[in-house]
Amino acid sequence: MPDLITLDGSIRNDNWVVVSRPAEGESLAVPDDQAALIPADLWLAGHEHYAGRDDIGVWFDSHEEPEALADKVNELPVIAVNFPKFSDGRGYSIARLLRERFGYRNELRAIGDVLLDQLQFMKRCGFDTYVLRADKDINKAAKCLNFFSQGYQAATDTDEPLFRRRAS
Amino acid sequence: MYVYDEHDRQLAAERVAQFRDQTERALAGELEEDEFLPLRLQNGLYVQRLAPMLRIAVPYGMMRSAQLRRLARITRDYDKGYAHFTTRQNVQLNWPELEDVPDILAELAEVEMHANQTSGNCIRNTTTDQFSGVQSDELVDPRPYCEIIRQWSTFHPEFAFLPRKFKIAVNASENTDRAAIQVHDIGLQIVRNDAGELGFRVHVGGGLGRTPMVAPVIRDFLPELDLLTYLEAVLRVYNRYGRRDNKFKARIKILVKALTPQGFAEKVEAEWAHIKDSPTKLTPEAIQRIQAYFTEPDYAALDNATDLLAEQRFEHRAFDQWLTHNVDTHKKPGYAIVSLTMKKTGTPPGDVTDRQLEQIADLADEYSFGEIRVTHQQNVVLADVRQDRLFELWQAITPMGFATANLNTLTDVICCPGGDYCALANAKSIPVAEAIQRRFDDMDYLYDLGSIDLNISGCMNACGHHHVGNIGVLGVDKKGEEFYQISLGGSSHHDASIGKILGPSFAREDMPNVVSKIIDVYVEKRTEEETFLDTYRRVGIDPFKERVYA
Repeated sequence: MPDLITLDGSIRNDNWVVVSRPAEGESLAVPDDQAALIPADLWLAGHEHYAGRDDIGVWFDSHEEPEALADKVNELPVIAVNFPKFSDGRGYSIARLLRERFGYRNELRAIGDVLLDQLQFMKRCGFDTYVLRADKDINKAAKCLNFFSQGYQAATDTDEPLFRRRAS
Repeated sequence: MYVYDEHDRQLAAERVAQFRDQTERALAGELEEDEFLPLRLQNGLYVQRLAPMLRIAVPYGMMRSAQLRRLARITRDYDKGYAHFTTRQNVQLNWPELEDVPDILAELAEVEMHANQTSGNCIRNTTTDQFSGVQSDELVDPRPYCEIIRQWSTFHPEFAFLPRKFKIAVNASENTDRAAIQVHDIGLQIVRNDAGELGFRVHVGGGLGRTPMVAPVIRDFLPELDLLTYLEAVLRVYNRYGRRDNKFKARIKILVKALTPQGFAEKVEAEWAHIKDSPTKLTPEAIQRIQAYFTEPDYAALDNATDLLAEQRFEHRAFDQWLTHNVDTHKKPGYAIVSLTMKKTGTPPGDVTDRQLEQIADLADEYSFGEIRVTHQQNVVLADVRQDRLFELWQAITPMGFATANLNTLTDVICCPGGDYCALANAKSIPVAEAIQRRFDDMDYLYDLGSIDLNISGCMNACGHHHVGNIGVLGVDKKGEEFYQISLGGSSHHDASIGKILGPSFAREDMPNVVSKIIDVYVEKRTEEETFLDTYRRVGIDPFKERVYA
């Protein structure tokens, strides 16, 4: 089981598995006895089938559109966003849209090429759990989540950009 | 100018601590090279041909004398005693050691400076007209908006890993554009609408590099308070849909072209509709608070020193020329705007020694309320000089090498560091600038030629802005040898245009002759009032081609 970093930097054990997209012609293998994250479009396609299961979540790839889920987001206990490469910044916009536009309230998880120095950006954009790439030192996560005590901008973590806080 | 409060100071200190930690982890092997790369780039640090290069931000070109003195000290303590003013109003050090960079950043933070986002695929330093606040034809001072954009874009969590770099420029003058806004990713022209309200005309998708483009207008009028929410919408559309599969097609200009300006504008408007009333929407108080840092200095009530200057001009021909070329009209009677030229022949354009930085600091304190501006033409401006002290100032700067009266002439060359320093360059640029400066050393002839922008880049990345030079020079590599391609007719001003390539490229030693021939055609064809660009636009490229390739 991979370790999972939470919002405050503490580490907890995690039992969700990421089910990859099935190859052409094969069907999705959803485990019966295991909490699983499946490709978002396949969850949508089998929406009826998965409704009511609290052990099925979805994952997005960085080129996919969160608009597809829109009003269904809160039916999901976990949404994961995949960073295929840490330098691919689309996941930050996807996260903000899920939180701020579609009002997603449950767990938002960063997966893929997740490194230490991007954790605070992810946190500010609404991610609250992080699966750090295995070769990185998970004990440094708490520090890296909190390099900055504040930000200039409003983002998912705060409604108050610095210019509004200065005025109050 | 802007002064940090406790929030800015805290963020600056935290940034230094963060980069120190990142550098330690990189040196300890905990960060792969490609993982450290964007982190160091977003702190201004390149690894160059000969040594690392550190690009220090000068937000919209403004610096105080204390900051100049600190830069001078840093170049002495950590570098080889000189620095380079860049074509985006920043400053570069060419020889710092990687392990010293956190200490350099700490020294900069002490004087409210930084190297944040001066490189990397993020929002870069916002630039503007070096005459902001002191010229008479601007609607309002654009610098407060630049500072507002600086704060919004600094460590923006959503836009730190864009497809490619992103540059914003702001202009407020109705008649001139010294900020070249139409060749930026976003160009903001401050305008008033028919109701008299202040706002921005928004250009998106300009740029130089491999695919030069003049930015189309995607919104005619954006109300002032909507500035940041609209920028956020543009950046979000770009972050989501800009190409990431090919570095050379990743700039926003390619996306704007692919979607068409109208299609792109529709996408932005749709995104903006969701966030226009979000907490990011500016408030009048927030703007006023920043504007309060850009109030007028304590000007004396003066009359124009017309008679005195006329007398001094009459007695000193060199002063007369300097006054004509390097001094501009100030909005306040009795004051003048002075450009110190960093283009003395034999010195790489934009290079200054530690001693010169201190001299500029002293001049700023003595003559211009302790502030200077760096220009994208790589010169330095003293914006508030009393007219009755111009002669004294001219005498002081002549031996320093800052009074070369060639501002905006052919020898006021914009030039990147080129193959002498830069790892990306295909060819050297500085020796070409110097050879042309040596050929055109007759000042009277230069004045007769009038205003000509000669811009030189050592490679397609176009740091020397060759596409928008009236005469542009691009260094190219042909089977390991350096050649130079010429383009004509570019402009970075309100009438922005991309230059047209003249034809096959030339060897370096031919360049002064080639430029001479181009100039000869202009001199023969021009009418009395025409600038080089006017003549070129009237007669076209053929007469130039015929002469040069005859």
